[in-house]
Amino acid sequence: MSWVLIVEQSLNGLQFGLMLFLLAAGLTLVFGVMDMINLAHGSLYMLGAFLAAALVQATGSFALGVLLAIPATAAIGMLLEMSVLRTLYARDHLSQVLATFALILIFNEAVRIVWGSDMPLAMPAALSGPVELLPGMFYPAYRLLIIGVGAAVAALLYLLVARTKIGMRVRAGASNREMALAMGVDIRRLFTLLFGVGAGLCAVAGALLGPLLAVQVGMGENILILAFVVIVIGGIGSIRGALVGAVLVGLVDTIGRAFLPLLFGLFFQPRVASAAGPAIASVLAYLLMVAVLVFRPRGLFPARG
Amino acid sequence: MKNPLLTAVVVSIAAASLPAQGADKVKIGFISTLSGPSAALGVDIRDAFMLAVKLNGGKLGGLPAEVLIGDDQFKPEVGRQLAEKDVKLDKVDFLTGFVFSNIMLASVPVAFENKIIYISPNAAPSPLAGKQCNPYFFAASWPNDAYHEAAGQHATTKGYRSVYMLAPNYQAGKDSLEGFKRFYKGSIAGEVYTQLGQLDYSAELAQVRAAKPEAVYIFLPGGMGINFIKQFVGAGLSKDIQLITPGFSSDQDIIRAVGDPMLGTFDAAHWALDLDNAANKKFVAAFESEYKRLPTVYASQGYDTALLIDSAVREVKGKIENTEGVRKALKAAKFQSVRGAFKFNRNQYPIQNYYLRVVGRDSQGRLVNKTIGTIFKDRGDAYVQDCPMK
Repeated sequence: MSWVLIVEQSLNGLQFGLMLFLLAAGLTLVFGVMDMINLAHGSLYMLGAFLAAALVQATGSFALGVLLAIPATAAIGMLLEMSVLRTLYARDHLSQVLATFALILIFNEAVRIVWGSDMPLAMPAALSGPVELLPGMFYPAYRLLIIGVGAAVAALLYLLVARTKIGMRVRAGASNREMALAMGVDIRRLFTLLFGVGAGLCAVAGALLGPLLAVQVGMGENILILAFVVIVIGGIGSIRGALVGAVLVGLVDTIGRAFLPLLFGLFFQPRVASAAGPAIASVLAYLLMVAVLVFRPRGLFPARG
Repeated sequence: MKNPLLTAVVVSIAAASLPAQGADKVKIGFISTLSGPSAALGVDIRDAFMLAVKLNGGKLGGLPAEVLIGDDQFKPEVGRQLAEKDVKLDKVDFLTGFVFSNIMLASVPVAFENKIIYISPNAAPSPLAGKQCNPYFFAASWPNDAYHEAAGQHATTKGYRSVYMLAPNYQAGKDSLEGFKRFYKGSIAGEVYTQLGQLDYSAELAQVRAAKPEAVYIFLPGGMGINFIKQFVGAGLSKDIQLITPGFSSDQDIIRAVGDPMLGTFDAAHWALDLDNAANKKFVAAFESEYKRLPTVYASQGYDTALLIDSAVREVKGKIENTEGVRKALKAAKFQSVRGAFKFNRNQYPIQNYYLRVVGRDSQGRLVNKTIGTIFKDRGDAYVQDCPMK
């Protein structure tokens, strides 16, 4: 059990957590401010990845493709909000779940029709090698980029929400929607903008994770579940909660995946240890959620009250 | 005859109602993984199979061939649905195509129950070679363990003191590491089973770094292998640790995706582009001219499967309803395989040679696998003694 291993696994957990944050941030704002459960958030993540892959192919440049995919996905997100999702705000959560679940299926097949079941997206060649962080401690350059971008976006979001007028209105809407309406906040425009920002964040995560995972139909579903766990742990409507929750879940999941099989390997055969390890590791995230809810039923940093 | 028109009508009706002499075409159900990160494998098998049919004038064994192609999308339930449709609705004469053992094992029972022969162009798991051997299952490829046994033998010969092993957690993955351990006599630095379809190996690579083995052996076909090798190189591990793979993880699909970091990788397979026989030379040239890319070992298997079916249908002179006759004809395997000599063991798995290959450059500067030696000659498999078939 060397310190190199622990540092490397912690960095892996941080990288995963920051990408989860990008998804959770959009999701928690939509749930917190608009009181809408949006299962199609994972589909926006998938759409962002496919758009990035297509634009990278078209422009020949990774950076350009990813940068262009962000406003493209945001635009589609806003169109979606203005056309379909607006009708769901007044309805109960179950209707929202049903409707947005249908959207997942529609998006999956639509993407399959337009682009096929998967698309290649390769990381830029300059970043495909390792970086020597400390003597003897190598870490893939691309993952460092992800950590950097994730941290930068978190900082930008903080500035946006805490230091701008729009951010103030968002926080107002999250703490008390009716009062915010009464105080003259233009809720309709705010919601559309919020949705667009959430979609853009999804696109960043999708485009950056594309080279590591695969850009394929259905890639949004798995990460969506974890994103919901994150926002429950962090507190609905709170960006700070989403960040803390995401990093916690990312670390617990990665370190669990890394060390539980080792632990089980002491008692069980390799095949059993290798199957049980990741299975229990994925349960750890939910156990963490239960533990947090026991002590803080509204999450770590609830936006209301 | 008083009325020639009436005579003509009566004669033609009588002729039309005569029973057909044998079947008038051969229907093949072809289900494979044609989408997702590992689609390259299924696509190669399909392309090579269809090439063989095309080179034969659209016929197999003298009968026009109708190939129904389906995509299992890497999902066992989809594979099973398609197999049921092919067997029960479309009444195919042969079923073939599956790449992955888990999808195949879920889907072929419906064929066996309906006495339809399944010829595997790829997956050939150990249970079907031994205790559960089935008269309706033919492996036109290799026993699942074979490449891994050969690689293990190579690792022993080369004297690597410690090897860290990784494979996905499914039947073929289990077979692969068992096969490697059967012939590798050094010490195992680690034996890790990853999730089937897993694409992010950061956690596993950190363990490899901590374990400091001399070599890493992976069985990660398709997209899994591409991602692992890229991440292995990206983490800086390729400088100190030798990568050994079975032929699956170093063939043209992986080479195309990973590129120059593959140079110098050793692997074991039953076939290579440069095998010196007439059938292989014809195959490689035709494949490259038709599809503008070099064939993989999967393509060679797809091509051989078509040739095998062709030889069997020809042997029974088109009477494919005679299933027992077809089985005997398949077992005789009277065809020129691109791998050289081909014969079946009594469990209907092949007995063949396995070669050591290395990734290098051909005369045109392209990255290819070059044969540098023979690891096993006329090897069968380790399970045939458990099979009750004669």
